[in-house]
Amino acid sequence: MGSGNNMKTGTLVRHTLTHVFIIALGLLMIYPIVWMIVSSFKPNNMIFSDPGLIPKAVTTENYITGWKGYAGTTFGKFFANSLIICALAIIGNVISCTMAAYAFARLKFAGRGFWFAVMMVTLMLPGHVTLVPRYIMFNTFGWVGSILPIVVPKFLATDAFFVFLLVQFIRGLPVEVEEAAIIDGCGKLGVFLRIIVPLAFPAMVTTALFTFLWTWDDFFNHLLYLTRPDTFTVSRALRTFVGDAGAVSNWGGALAMGTLSIIPAFILFFTLQKYFVQGISTTGLKG
Amino acid sequence: MRDMSGIAKFFRRNTVAYMFLAPWLLGFFVLTLYPMAYSLGLSFTDYDFTKPDSTQWIGLDNYRKMFGSLVGESQFVSTTGEVMRVDPYYKKSLSVTFTYVFVSVPLKLIVALGVAVLMNQKLRGVSFYRTVYYIPTLLGGSVAIAVLWRKLFEKDGLVNGALGTLGFTDLPSWITNPEYSLWTLILLTVWQFGSSMIIFLAGLKQIPQEYYEAAAVDGANRVRQFFSITIPLLSPVILFNLIMQVIYAFQAFTQAYIIGGGRGGVLNSTLFYTLHLYIQGWTYHEMGYASAMAWVLLLIIGGITAIIFLSSRWWVSYGVGE
Repeated sequence: MGSGNNMKTGTLVRHTLTHVFIIALGLLMIYPIVWMIVSSFKPNNMIFSDPGLIPKAVTTENYITGWKGYAGTTFGKFFANSLIICALAIIGNVISCTMAAYAFARLKFAGRGFWFAVMMVTLMLPGHVTLVPRYIMFNTFGWVGSILPIVVPKFLATDAFFVFLLVQFIRGLPVEVEEAAIIDGCGKLGVFLRIIVPLAFPAMVTTALFTFLWTWDDFFNHLLYLTRPDTFTVSRALRTFVGDAGAVSNWGGALAMGTLSIIPAFILFFTLQKYFVQGISTTGLKG
Repeated sequence: MRDMSGIAKFFRRNTVAYMFLAPWLLGFFVLTLYPMAYSLGLSFTDYDFTKPDSTQWIGLDNYRKMFGSLVGESQFVSTTGEVMRVDPYYKKSLSVTFTYVFVSVPLKLIVALGVAVLMNQKLRGVSFYRTVYYIPTLLGGSVAIAVLWRKLFEKDGLVNGALGTLGFTDLPSWITNPEYSLWTLILLTVWQFGSSMIIFLAGLKQIPQEYYEAAAVDGANRVRQFFSITIPLLSPVILFNLIMQVIYAFQAFTQAYIIGGGRGGVLNSTLFYTLHLYIQGWTYHEMGYASAMAWVLLLIIGGITAIIFLSSRWWVSYGVGE
């Protein structure tokens, strides 16, 4: 009895200590983000001196000056540009990756094993080996300066991560429904549209979600291909706050627009949490 | 349907499958395979996309320009007979990138595993904690956070403000001091351990509780249990995380670009390989050289991945009771 109580007390102490440690570390981890949000409401000259979280004075001036944007284009336009690119990227990825995944997971065809292996290799391929020729190719098409080099590859299932994720998911679906549909005279396209798409919907949401986040946060492709300020996305436009030598002239504006730029990720994260965990633990999505 | 011959059936089945595969196949050939071959070809030329007509075949010059700095050369006689300077920054970009990868990835995985083990106890509120710990990963890749990081580690930034209240004086600007700037990027990467943590947590849940109970009966303490049960049983997950993070870390770009203001930082202390490649290709229009750099990066990543895979037979176990 006594030893049982001791064990319980021991567990209680250990759990309490764990809670304290996890909470302390968690606070330390999100402190910079909370500080950014709070500081975006501080007057520009107080951001430097004040590490605290409670602002001594509150102002929306940073949002007004930051919103003015860059080279006569406001952040309203940058947000619209980002949203358009993300929407097209999602449509492209969901359609093309689900189609490829259905073929890999369910259809029997000559060369399936070979192509699947090829797909898995491209998963690990650093994008840099295709960078220069892709740039030359898009330049020849006259696409540099437009959103096409960013959006069109998504319609060709170039993000093998999502093909893999969807293959894993579709393989786990029960085959019986599809077999019954085929006996009823349903073709492969019918099976795909009426059975696979509805059943694989959760994995398609995960695909859409991560496509959104990665496209929204992508900087490298936007830096390469979006050359005119009126085509800039939010991430490309945020870079304009940092000068070439790294100096930042308007810290308040930078933190204010930075705060606005992370809102979509927050909203999606808190509304679609289960899809995040699913996506990360089935494929080990990067990050 | 019944009257279809075997061959017709075979073709029909294949046609349908390849129609579903068509977008991916097209993407593979046009956007992956062809560009890869093309960039390999370009790596033997002095291609500049602003004057493509003057492109010359220069053999291995790009590679000599790269590796010359590693063996201490400063110049060499090129294929065309001219004296060419080696790339003086290539060596630096390699050492910066290797330091970054081999410090940040192990640190990130150790922290992720440690936190995952803590959270794997039957605690209340684990899903809430998991959410909070994932937030830096959710946002960490963005330009907004990179800009914030600059602000935090500047001379009069938040970190020095906090250290100042603890009594530290004479604090440096962590961003512009070449001794520390890379470490701010390493910290930024380790901070984003959320994905690895979630993968470890999923792996830990697969380990049957009975193993720990049996070990406790045998008198093994928690540390012993961790090293003789948790680590071996989790080793396939560790291998997976390690490979993905190494591949990913070699390609890091955005944070270094923003924090260095589009350059490699003070004394090129944050000149990541990819950043150097971008500057060569797009600032100096040395696209043949950039292609050669990209191929070497591919070989480096491939080689290191292969080494990790081969080493895994000594430390990864796919079963219990070895």
